[in-house]
Amino acid sequence: MIAIPPGSVGEVAPQRAGFLEPLILKGGKTLASYELVYETYGTLNAERSNAVLVCHALSGNHHVAGLAPGEPRKVGWWDNMVGPGKAIDTERFFVIGVNNLGGCHGSTGPASIDRATGQPYGAGFPLVTVEDWVASQARLMDRLGIERLAVAMGGSLGGMQALQWTLSFPDRIAHAIVIAAAPKLSTQNIAFNDVARQAIVSDPDFHGGNFYAMKTVPARGLRLARMLGHITYLSEDLLGTKFGRDIKGATYGFNYEVEFEIESYLRYQGDKFAQVFDANTYLIMTRALDYFDPAREAGGDFAKAVAPAKAGFLVVSFTSDWRFPPERSREIVKALVSHGKRVTYADIDAPHGHDAFLLDDAHYHRLMAAYMDNVAAEVGAGKRAGPLVVGGTELEEMKGYAGRGKP
Amino acid sequence: MTPRFDYDLIASWIPEGARVLDLGCGDGELLSKLSATRGVKGYGVEIDPPRVLAAVGRGVNVLQVDLESGLSTFDDNAFEFVILSQTLQAMRRSDLILKEMLRVGREGIVTFPNFGYWRHRVAILRGRMPVSRTLPYQWYDTPNIHLCTVKDFEALCERVGAEILDERVLHEGRIVGTLPNLLGSLGVFRFRRRG
Repeated sequence: MIAIPPGSVGEVAPQRAGFLEPLILKGGKTLASYELVYETYGTLNAERSNAVLVCHALSGNHHVAGLAPGEPRKVGWWDNMVGPGKAIDTERFFVIGVNNLGGCHGSTGPASIDRATGQPYGAGFPLVTVEDWVASQARLMDRLGIERLAVAMGGSLGGMQALQWTLSFPDRIAHAIVIAAAPKLSTQNIAFNDVARQAIVSDPDFHGGNFYAMKTVPARGLRLARMLGHITYLSEDLLGTKFGRDIKGATYGFNYEVEFEIESYLRYQGDKFAQVFDANTYLIMTRALDYFDPAREAGGDFAKAVAPAKAGFLVVSFTSDWRFPPERSREIVKALVSHGKRVTYADIDAPHGHDAFLLDDAHYHRLMAAYMDNVAAEVGAGKRAGPLVVGGTELEEMKGYAGRGKP
Repeated sequence: MTPRFDYDLIASWIPEGARVLDLGCGDGELLSKLSATRGVKGYGVEIDPPRVLAAVGRGVNVLQVDLESGLSTFDDNAFEFVILSQTLQAMRRSDLILKEMLRVGREGIVTFPNFGYWRHRVAILRGRMPVSRTLPYQWYDTPNIHLCTVKDFEALCERVGAEILDERVLHEGRIVGTLPNLLGSLGVFRFRRRG
C-alpha cells in the first residue's frame, strides 16, 4: 500500500480511447485511426460544466497529477498545480490530461504500429500541428461527454494549445489559461529547435527515423537536443546560482572530461531523457512549435486571428523567461484587448526561466487559484472547501539530480 | 486604506455600459463597482503583484503592465473613459501618461492629491514636508514623486492639448466651492482631446 501525500489525487491509472474516424491533418495527410491515452482526476458534475483540459508541452504527457499505479516515484508533471485543494482543485473540477498524437507515452505516435504496414510508423508518421492536437482532443471530449470545457490550460506549447482551443472551438471553451506561451515562435526559437533536430537526425543510430527496425536508439542526438533545450528553459541566473563554476574535482584536470558541475548536470539530464523519450516524437513536437502561427492564415494579423475567440483568458508570463519572454505574452494580450475580449494578464516575478511555469511559486499559484475560483463560480462548480494547497515540490527538471550542485 | 472619495464622483460621470480603462486600478474596487452598478466593460492596469491578485479575486480583467512604458497595449480610441485615479503623482513622466490617455480614450478622468491644500502649505511654511490624509507618507518613503496643485494640473492640461470638461476639488468627500485650490485636498478632473 502506497502512502498518498496530502493534496495528491492518489494513484491514477491511465485510460485509453480508440478513434476509428479518420483525422485529416493540417499537413494534408490522414490518420486512419488512432488512440489517445489520458488520465482524469476529480468528478465530472451532473451539468458536465466543470471539465479542465491540461495540455502538455514538448516533453510532457498525460500523467499530469497523482502517482502512477504501483510506482510512487512517478509523480505527475504538474502535481503541484492539480489536486484536492490545489489551484486546480480536483474537489471541484474534473481534470483531464492527455498525451498528444505523435507522442511517446501511449498515444498513437511514431513508435506505434502502422496498421497499413504492420511496422512502426517511424519516419512515416505524419507531422501533426497544434490545430491537429486540438481537433483530436475535442474528439476525446466528445467521447467523455463534455460539450464545453470550463478551462483548457497549459504552459509553453501547452499554452498554445489552450489558445488554439479558443480559435478552433470558440463555443466549446469558457476559459483559456495560457502560460509562458507566444503567438508564434521567434526566429531564435526556430533556430534552437533546428539545432536540436539536427543533433538527432545526424546521429548514425537515427537511420532516417526508422531506427526501431534497426534496434537502435539515437541516444547521442537526443541527449544533445535535450541538453541544448534544457539550457534555454532555465535562466542564466538560476544556472549560475545552482552550479556556478563549481568543478567536480579538487582542481582542473586539463582534459575534455566532465570538469564543471553544469556539464555533469546537463549530461545527466540528457542521458535521463534519451532513455525515455522518442527521437521522432522530439522532431514532431519541435516542428509543431515551429509551425504554430495563427496569424499566418489571417494575413499575418494576429489580432485578426484571435477574433473568433469567445473565451475568457488568463495569460501568464515569467520575468526571467528568455525562451518565451513576457513581451510575447503581451502580444497575445494586446491582440485580445484590441477586440475587447475578457483577459487578465500577470507577469510573475520568478528567477527560474521558462520552466518557472512548473514551479510552486506561492503568488503564481494564488493567482491561478483566484482565477479558477471565478471560473468555478461561473460554471457552478462550487466554492473552495479549505485553504489553497501549494505543493512543496522542487523544479521538475532538478528532480533526481544527485550531483554535487549547491543545494 | 484611505477612503476613496473620488470613486463616487467618477462613477456619476460614467454612463451605462461604457468601455473603461482604469489605470493603476489597485485591487479593482472601482472597476468592480462600475461593472456591478453601471455594467461597464473594461480593463484595470496594475503593476503591484498583491494588488493584481486582489483584482483577480474581484473578477476584474486586470493587466499587469507597467504604465511607465506607456499604453502600447491599447489601440487609439479604444475606450470611452480612461481613469487615472491617484496615480499621476507617482509616475515618472506624468505628462506622457496624460498624452497616452488622450490617445486611447475619448475622455480622461484624473484624480490627484492637491499639493496646494492649505494644510500642506502650512506644513511647508513651518519648514516641513506635509503629511496628511491624502499624502500619508514621509518625504523619504513616499511613492509620490510628482506632486502638483490644482492650478499646476490645469496648466499641464493646456500643455498636452487636453480640454477640461469638468473640474472639482474635494475635501473629505465634499465638493469645495470657494478657494478650491486652497481648501480642497483632492483634485478630480474630466477632460478630452482638444479640437
